[in-house]
Amino acid sequence: MWLKLYIHYISINIRSMMQYKTSFLLTAIGQFLISFQVFLGIFFMFQRFSNVKGFTYSEVLLCFSIMLLEFSIAEMYARGFDQFSGMVRHGTFDRILVRPQNEILQVLGSKFELTRIGRMLQAIIMFIYGISKSEINWTVSKIFTVFFMLIGGTALFTGLFLIYAALCFFTLEGLEFMNVFTDGAKEYGKYPIGIYGKRMLQFTTFVIPYALVQYYPLLYLLGRKTNIFYVFLPLLAILFLIPCYLLWKWGVHRYQSSGS
Amino acid sequence: MITMEHICKSYKIAKRNAGFGEACKALFHRKYEKIYALNDITFTIKDGEMVGYIGPNGAGKSSTIKILSGILTPDSGNCFVDGRIPYKDRIEHVRQIGVVFGQRSQLWWDVPVIDSFELLKDIYSISSSMYHTNLEELTALLNLGELLRSPVRQLSLGQRMRCEIAASLLHNPKILFLDEPTIGLDAVSKLAVRDFIHKQNQIHKTTVILTTHDMQDIEALTKRIILIGKGKILMDGTLEDIQKGNKNIDETVAELYRTYDI
Amino acid sequence: MQKYLSFFRLRFSMGLQYRTAAFAGVITQFAWGAMGILVYRAFYEVDSTAFPMTFSAVVSYIWMQQAFLAFFTVWMMENEIFDSIINGNISYELCRPIHIYDMWFFRTIANRFSAATLRCFPILVVASFLPKPFGLQPPASLIHFFLFLITLLLGLAVTVSLCILIYSLTFFTISPAGLKILFTSMVEFFSGAVIPLPFFPEKIQKMMELLPFASMQNVALRIYSADMTNRQMFSAVTLQIFWLITLVSCGKKLCSMAEKKVSIQGG
Repeated sequence: MWLKLYIHYISINIRSMMQYKTSFLLTAIGQFLISFQVFLGIFFMFQRFSNVKGFTYSEVLLCFSIMLLEFSIAEMYARGFDQFSGMVRHGTFDRILVRPQNEILQVLGSKFELTRIGRMLQAIIMFIYGISKSEINWTVSKIFTVFFMLIGGTALFTGLFLIYAALCFFTLEGLEFMNVFTDGAKEYGKYPIGIYGKRMLQFTTFVIPYALVQYYPLLYLLGRKTNIFYVFLPLLAILFLIPCYLLWKWGVHRYQSSGS
Repeated sequence: MITMEHICKSYKIAKRNAGFGEACKALFHRKYEKIYALNDITFTIKDGEMVGYIGPNGAGKSSTIKILSGILTPDSGNCFVDGRIPYKDRIEHVRQIGVVFGQRSQLWWDVPVIDSFELLKDIYSISSSMYHTNLEELTALLNLGELLRSPVRQLSLGQRMRCEIAASLLHNPKILFLDEPTIGLDAVSKLAVRDFIHKQNQIHKTTVILTTHDMQDIEALTKRIILIGKGKILMDGTLEDIQKGNKNIDETVAELYRTYDI
Repeated sequence: MQKYLSFFRLRFSMGLQYRTAAFAGVITQFAWGAMGILVYRAFYEVDSTAFPMTFSAVVSYIWMQQAFLAFFTVWMMENEIFDSIINGNISYELCRPIHIYDMWFFRTIANRFSAATLRCFPILVVASFLPKPFGLQPPASLIHFFLFLITLLLGLAVTVSLCILIYSLTFFTISPAGLKILFTSMVEFFSGAVIPLPFFPEKIQKMMELLPFASMQNVALRIYSADMTNRQMFSAVTLQIFWLITLVSCGKKLCSMAEKKVSIQGG
């Protein structure tokens, strides 16, 4: 039932967007360009250096492309969370509360950002390039690894967007720092997390589990680790959604008691 | 039936004096002030009644509406709507109410109005037969016909308001909250909206709570008026109760505001 | 001048009011800088001979870049100006006794200046107290420091004049958002915001250094980290002045053309 409603939301979003085809096209191209300069940064660094901590150019591209794909998918369907401060500020969230449907579903439905397709396209091109050059011995478990990475990573970014939205109930100022965990992770997740040193690896394993969806499964994919355990690590990151959801619930509760 | 008993609601707001030095001070220390938006509000509204809820800006009108529609939880006091506590049992409660915020649209800006209606059908899980009956009736009463096929951004304010009201009634709510439904409308649209609200109340016995600054709305629609100021109910009575001599309604209300110093 | 000064005061006290925002901005930029440095450390550890700058120069470059981010980022454009062009409110501005170019220029400078002054000090202080290879180094000499300040302001002026060129161009385009996004991603890359210019292959670097984009953050940040010879510094400053004059005169020309267009078409 909720799926039917969600699809209805997506359809109305797309119909709205198609009223502005030029703008849609330009924004999609812009999305492509913004991440393209990140790619160029990597490209030129590898003109100078043959590898970074043992990861070659194509391996880094593979890593970056998966991260970028996860981020783009999350941003595409969870853009409503990303724009949530506006919803609180303009009182649009009141409208959501006077409707007999789950609030999260309605917020997600409020915006479906199809323009992120520009960024996804780039991610897919890099992914194909990375795969063709990385000399991976494909097995069923490795195909599953990629699949799980995508699921776990998308869930992780969704969780982070949800935290951002939940924080809007407490303050509308200073939310900029959340960019470190969303945009920053996309930006710096272009390199395998291991290159940032041990402490960063610990932080991204136990606090915000980027490494579970990026570094460890990547090692398995590239044949540097063989334990099957690594295949399923990305799925563990889905648990991250639980505290995010609780924070959201708390935020809604607070909104209802403060009314602003 | 709606009852509110001794409802209180307070907010904390940040205070800062003007000036450059004060701005620097506020960087390190911020003062908060507690203000009472609602202070011991009590009233009851019977089924099928039409009530005008009036008062100056910031008097507590929208806080009341928010509590009644389940958006806001009061600090203390009891509120029951049809035996339910709105903010406790929100999802069930909101199925039975329709809300029109005059200043905010609930329609999708770039698609035809009918598309927004179809979405609402799914949001409220309205059965097809009920949807079509209601749509037909609303289209006829509000004269929507052609409008349904045009995107909202092409509609005039009056046309849009008619669509907004229809959108809030598609699911047959028993109670309708109208928050400044005639704000900014031209004379013809105002009359059409008033006429419709009146009919809706007559035909479906819908309970209507109307907040407005336009006293003609009150005059045309409601017998009962609740006046709120500084978070308190100052008067609960009929239009005749407050009208003295042959002053018109705007003057009457202005005098009322002066009497209570609000 | 008085009116521009009061505008600056207004912006500054607005900025102060949003202390949480400023604080969050500092944290964000600090984290961003730290991550950037860790990336370069990884590359440095792999092959220090392939490094085109000293490691401490890169570190100083990055901290300074974060501290003065508000000076140089092009995506931080004045949305009010954009909106007023799109919705036609700009015609009101034209009624006031101010030249529109000067107004935009000072307004943008004031905004960027107040944003940067609020945010730069915490970053500079913390960064200079960090342990050895990761900390911000003091400038190489007093002259370097002096030149850094001058080129910092010149770079700000070049950035602003480039931004105004974009504002004026929006008068002549159907899609300001598209123009903005194309321009932003291009400038970011060529100005050395993604990777410092010395990291590019030599030929490309030589070419990039001649473009106006190199006169934005590149000069000041590299002078501070003592990455330029005296000769290079001299030609870089000359180029900055050249581009500033060119961009301002192009911008003024375009602006008056746009003004005419508005007064003929009524916005």
